[in-house]
Amino acid sequence: MAFDKMELEDIEVWDGNFAAAQALRQSQVDVVAAYPITPSTPIVEGYAQFTADGYVEGEFVMVESEHAAMSACIGAAAAGGRVATATSSQGFALMVETLYQASGMRLPIVLNLVNRALAAPLNVNGDHSDMYLGRDSGWIQLDAYCPQDAYDLNFIAFKVSEDHDVRLPCMVNQDGFMTSHTAQGVHTLTDDEAYGFVGEFKPMNDMLDFEHPVTHGVQAEEDWHFEHKARQHNDLMTKVFPKIEAAFSEFEKLSGRKYNMVEKYDMDDADVCVVCMGSSVETAREVATEMRAQGIKAGVVGIRVIRPFPFFEIAEALKCVKAIAALDRSSPNGAPGMLFNEIAGSLFNTDTKAMLSGYVYGLGGRDLTKAHLVALFKELQANVDAGKITTPLQQFIGVRGPKLAYL
Amino acid sequence: MLEIRWHSRAGQGAVTGAKGLANVISTTGKHVQAFAFYGSAKRGAAMTAYNRVDEKVIMNHEKYMRPDYVFVIDPALTFTTDVTINHKDSTKYIITTHMTTEELKKAQPKLEGKEVYTVDCITIANETIGRPIPNTPMLGAFMKISGMYDMEFFKESMKRVLGKLPQKIIDSNMLAIQRAYDEVK
Repeated sequence: MAFDKMELEDIEVWDGNFAAAQALRQSQVDVVAAYPITPSTPIVEGYAQFTADGYVEGEFVMVESEHAAMSACIGAAAAGGRVATATSSQGFALMVETLYQASGMRLPIVLNLVNRALAAPLNVNGDHSDMYLGRDSGWIQLDAYCPQDAYDLNFIAFKVSEDHDVRLPCMVNQDGFMTSHTAQGVHTLTDDEAYGFVGEFKPMNDMLDFEHPVTHGVQAEEDWHFEHKARQHNDLMTKVFPKIEAAFSEFEKLSGRKYNMVEKYDMDDADVCVVCMGSSVETAREVATEMRAQGIKAGVVGIRVIRPFPFFEIAEALKCVKAIAALDRSSPNGAPGMLFNEIAGSLFNTDTKAMLSGYVYGLGGRDLTKAHLVALFKELQANVDAGKITTPLQQFIGVRGPKLAYL
Repeated sequence: MLEIRWHSRAGQGAVTGAKGLANVISTTGKHVQAFAFYGSAKRGAAMTAYNRVDEKVIMNHEKYMRPDYVFVIDPALTFTTDVTINHKDSTKYIITTHMTTEELKKAQPKLEGKEVYTVDCITIANETIGRPIPNTPMLGAFMKISGMYDMEFFKESMKRVLGKLPQKIIDSNMLAIQRAYDEVK
């Protein structure tokens, strides 16, 4: 091979950004086109450094905007290469038009989305506004809770996205700063193990295959547009889950680390539970354990695969619980939160009659403290004791000023 | 769980120091976490960085912390920020200053009655490394006060962490670590 391998310690102290950059190196990404933005910058900076130092046989394309970054990724993926990039917040917002092109053209691109608030007011810190902005864009979306996840899920993303039965782009979300800039121990794979798992890139309908000419990005009006969109949705709904399951299972055999589409923690006998995403899942797990010592049977459900949404797995995870808090780290701006709605949809036609309340938290990087979570679990337990929801259905956690609550 | 809060100015190396310490501790089998509040992320702005160390995997990602140790690596921050915020009775302070501990407590009454150690990391860094980067000397002082590791082990580990830097800079950092270890009171 025309590139150098890197010797890694079994456990490296990496932040989420560097873990993702290392995963891009080990996956031997052919093209990264990027326009750096806080807090995702070190991912593409890391890949560029590895490429310049001869650790990757790839190309770093500097572009003039995030719209151009994703456009160049689309071009490179259509040409027939392994492609990745990273962005956050405003950059992601500028990419939105091209996100739909990538998924509609069935191009396997991996986008590391380091979650950050959307202006105004301008804010560089972590919330899930950008994640929520992309949720109907036709991408597979995975969620990391810590640097280890950010590393591992990149390998999963390439494996699933590039599968010829899938051919859909994939985002790997991680919390801006709380994961991206937080250094923790990361168990590494060797370069050979990692590349062996992801595998050689297998082109499909690649434009550089001149023996088999293809057209990408055509116009399809009323006569065919709907069929394309319906099939794309069909493949997301039916073909992706089995591939993710298979990839999780193969990854567990390789690394010993087990991922699930829905991550259940102490849910077998839980009376009350929190459903959330990102680094909050881990904090909530720690608090749930502490609540059990106080006699409250608490559990946590983390969403690992956001799109396609694990509708039945969520219903299954929540079937025995009595009170649920759906925690959305994005302002719904005029509706219940996304998780509240998705969970309600999952449970509505089941026998489960759990009480569901929604909470908006952590906007612009506002801390979700253990004390907040203790109060939340107690509030859920009070609902269970009263046999009804004792609060409005939508509340804020940790916002200053007069209490705001709705519904 | 051992928790440390660093008070620094952006550019003085608190994040590098926190990550370096985490790196060293991780090699001994403990679990670590190092993170920071960047605020507006402008060079010279007051900022804080954090370490968590535990025997088990660290799942807590809250930013709120009641630290066991507070490191202040810029002398003025003792006066322009509240370095005692969210303290415990047992919190220990290692503060960069040219003053003695008694003089410092007199100048900043908030430190009265607290376990405070002082060391002039800025002068040490200037005289050894040649630049006012007080992060590695603070770790030398911390080794003395905490007794966490044998000094030779710690210095060998830090040589590995600083691995890619020129030998001259690694050597001067080792001098700085040793001087702070010897001089902290």
